[in-house]
Amino acid sequence: MATGKQEYTKMTEKASPPSPKLKDTVMAFLFGGAICTLGQALYALYTNYGASEDGAKTAVSVTLVFLTAVLTGIGVFDKIAKHAGAGTIVPITGFANSVVSPAMEFRAEGHILGTGAKLFTIAGPVIVYGCAAASVYGLIVYLFGLY
Amino acid sequence: MPKRIGTRTVLLENKPTVIGHAAVVGQTEGEGPLGKEFDRVHQDDTVGKASFEQAESAMQREAIVCALEKAGKTPADADFILSGDLLAQCIGSAFGVRDLGIPFLGLYGACSTMALSLGLASVLVDSGAANLAVAATSSHFASAERQFRQPLEYGGQRPPTAQRTATAAGATVLTNPPTNATGKIRPRIAAVTFGKIVDLGIKDANNMGAAMAPAAADTIAAFLEDTNTKPTDYDLILTGDLGTVGTALLAELLEKDHQIDIRSVHNDCGLLIYDREKQDVHAGGSGCGCAASVLNAHILNRMEQGELKKVLLTATGALMSLTSSLQGESIPSVAHAVLITADDA
Repeated sequence: MATGKQEYTKMTEKASPPSPKLKDTVMAFLFGGAICTLGQALYALYTNYGASEDGAKTAVSVTLVFLTAVLTGIGVFDKIAKHAGAGTIVPITGFANSVVSPAMEFRAEGHILGTGAKLFTIAGPVIVYGCAAASVYGLIVYLFGLY
Repeated sequence: MPKRIGTRTVLLENKPTVIGHAAVVGQTEGEGPLGKEFDRVHQDDTVGKASFEQAESAMQREAIVCALEKAGKTPADADFILSGDLLAQCIGSAFGVRDLGIPFLGLYGACSTMALSLGLASVLVDSGAANLAVAATSSHFASAERQFRQPLEYGGQRPPTAQRTATAAGATVLTNPPTNATGKIRPRIAAVTFGKIVDLGIKDANNMGAAMAPAAADTIAAFLEDTNTKPTDYDLILTGDLGTVGTALLAELLEKDHQIDIRSVHNDCGLLIYDREKQDVHAGGSGCGCAASVLNAHILNRMEQGELKKVLLTATGALMSLTSSLQGESIPSVAHAVLITADDA
């Protein structure tokens, strides 16, 4: 009898090697941790030079975004991210890369309908649902604050 | 004249002859195990063009012109060109051949395009509708990535089942015998089986080998039944781009559903084009150019040298789009088989 869809799904699962989850997790921990440590070191550096707490935090984000943009621009970021996985995607570095990479990629279609229109194709959903989640959270905090 | 046998195989009585073939590839493919066999290897994947789409078109054009030159012909000699690619509206092909002045038949068969174009071109030549026809196709890693996946510099990870779209183009020039005054062995197209669409419900676009293996199994089984032959009658049954996962599943499906064991004579262009140990290509190569470049360099060279006499090329294509994938559809696939022989040149 010919193989059916259900049976073939099982055969495919068996034949397909899984992602190396342990290795991916360890690498994500190491790279993500290293990026956060770098952020903390930058924070210490900026406050040491007299920056306010808020000012230093902003400056740390700006520095990490800048570094990511440069590394993406010279074609290095994706080679690091290939090993780091969630370690580079989850911190602000991932966000910066997801904006810079389409900006570079879609230059060929022009500055307006290429770069301009495609800039947030990857980051867009993060912004939309990030804002939505923040609104819901804010509403909950507000309601609990009333009583 | 072409003659239909069995349920869906077309026998080509005149056996159209391959008088020229060429493959043009990118840097990664040039660094692979078949690197030395390609007619041209571009170290710059943009081929000096402003976009990757233009680069792909330029490579396809280059392969076509090179194949015609090797056949001692010019574009003006060709009656038809049949080609296609992965880009939306097949711009890789249309822009590649636009200044050649050859009647153009644009095809879409995804990664099965080389077998589709070669099969149709053979039927045209065999029937007398064409004296000289060119079958071609191309794919480009970067133009495919930006259309189907993420920007090149995006920092994501790919699962082990993913395959790399080959930056490659290939072209084959066919004509009717007798042209063989040189005494050289000429590969000839003896039969074609066009595939039907098969869909066993795979939705993962990062596992195309698994999606396409059932189509390959269906077409290979139909071809063997229609021609009343068995796998060991062939030197090589060559699939297009099933990769490691699809190769394993194809063997399993043929054995289970059709009691056919092809393992001893089977290979896959997706496994041949790259060195999976040294090159970062996961489950192997894919894309129209994968089968096109392996066939038009490695395979046809070996046939001309007398190392292979009967090759069944079965290129497979996954016929989904980004839209259908986002809408949750499974991946319909197709496989076309072309029998190439070099026995009675």
